[in-house]
Amino acid sequence: MGIISSGFRGRRSENPALPPGQHETQDFPVLTAGPAPLIPVDEWEFFITAENGQRLSWSWNEFMALPQEEITKDIHCVTSWSKLGTVWRGVSLDTLFENVETTSDFATAHSFGGYTTNVPLWDLLGGKAWVVWEFDHVPLERAHGGPARLLVPHLYFWKSAKWIHGLELTGEDVPGFWESNGYHLHGNPWREERYS
Amino acid sequence: MDIIFTAIRGARSGTREAPAVSSVWHVAEVVGEVRENATARTIRLRVDGLMGHLAGQHIDIRLTADDGYTAIRSYSVASTSEDEHLEITVDELPDGEVSPYLVRDLTVGDRLEIRGPVGGWFVWRPSNANRVQLIGGGSGVVPLMSMIRAHQASNNSAPFRLLYSLKSPDASLYRGELHRLDQESAKLMVDYVYTRSTPEGWPATPARLTSESLLGKIFPMEENLDVFVCGQTVFVETVADWLVMAGYSPESIKTERFGGTGGIR
Repeated sequence: MGIISSGFRGRRSENPALPPGQHETQDFPVLTAGPAPLIPVDEWEFFITAENGQRLSWSWNEFMALPQEEITKDIHCVTSWSKLGTVWRGVSLDTLFENVETTSDFATAHSFGGYTTNVPLWDLLGGKAWVVWEFDHVPLERAHGGPARLLVPHLYFWKSAKWIHGLELTGEDVPGFWESNGYHLHGNPWREERYS
Repeated sequence: MDIIFTAIRGARSGTREAPAVSSVWHVAEVVGEVRENATARTIRLRVDGLMGHLAGQHIDIRLTADDGYTAIRSYSVASTSEDEHLEITVDELPDGEVSPYLVRDLTVGDRLEIRGPVGGWFVWRPSNANRVQLIGGGSGVVPLMSMIRAHQASNNSAPFRLLYSLKSPDASLYRGELHRLDQESAKLMVDYVYTRSTPEGWPATPARLTSESLLGKIFPMEENLDVFVCGQTVFVETVADWLVMAGYSPESIKTERFGGTGGIR
């Protein structure tokens, strides 16, 4: 046990849905390192590039024609807030990876505007990650990553790149934006992988 | 100040040059306090074994109740590495879990735990030769003050300009120090926007910041300019959008948000 602050009570939360060091918020804070880019859907695409040079891409209409899923998940921000039971709609990465052949173990997510974040491939496949375009039953606002963002809810939320443009598969784990700025390469909230 | 600094969008992934982040908790002792305004105070901490920090970084504070319950929040550092002690300025959130304790109850001699400093993006380095425009809303001025102090303590002569948007003169943080630096320092200019009430004799009536009033009080866009914007989410979003629409390069703008509503941090 740490240093006791006499007189500090805090608000007890026995909620087992909260990882260590997290507290629940009802709000949906906006978290960004710079201005939000504006991406019209007719200029939007989503790509996957493999290390062998294979490149797949989807226009907005092609993407919307893929099987859509409704996803209800808890999300956890490294700044210590968690939001429980958030509802999204989008396409599973399993669907997008159906025709991808790769031996890569890692991916770098690229956003419109230049943001990057690295995620191991095994954290993206198997029903664990989506490209989502709807939050709480309405189209995703630009401030929250619209028209579409990555959703990797079992990792800290900086991994869920806003304004997602595509995934680049890599043989090595290449640190992305926050990972080069003091944050953990992996970011599992249950292990408190906050900082490097 | 309570911050939310997390994720997304910036330009490239940079090389790592921030001091290594320490994941261990350090014991900090409160050695001083300054009441800044009706809801905020600065807390001065002595931390043994703490590494230096970059201007703009934050620390995590952990409070532990007598039954072992803990709560962790992040606060921007207001002081510079040059200072003997580490200072944070905490603004009390009406519905906060941690900030009311830090603002009202914590006293000199108390101990708590800190982790960090953290963050390698929303930072200013004395080696940076660019002009710097700082734009702060309310207690968003805290990490900007750390940059101003680091700049003043350095021999970096690039001009700094601060635009400080606040409700009223009484709501100011670092009021005397900012006034003095504005008068005395050749390398800092301070502009204020008062949104609810102004000092006596102020040439303008209180008004919310607009794109026009913003652009009239900041350095014009130029190649070697860095802009740091910090405040509540709506303030930061709005200001960043105005800057981009006015032609400021998105790559030159760094933002940091904090929650002013209950429960965010």
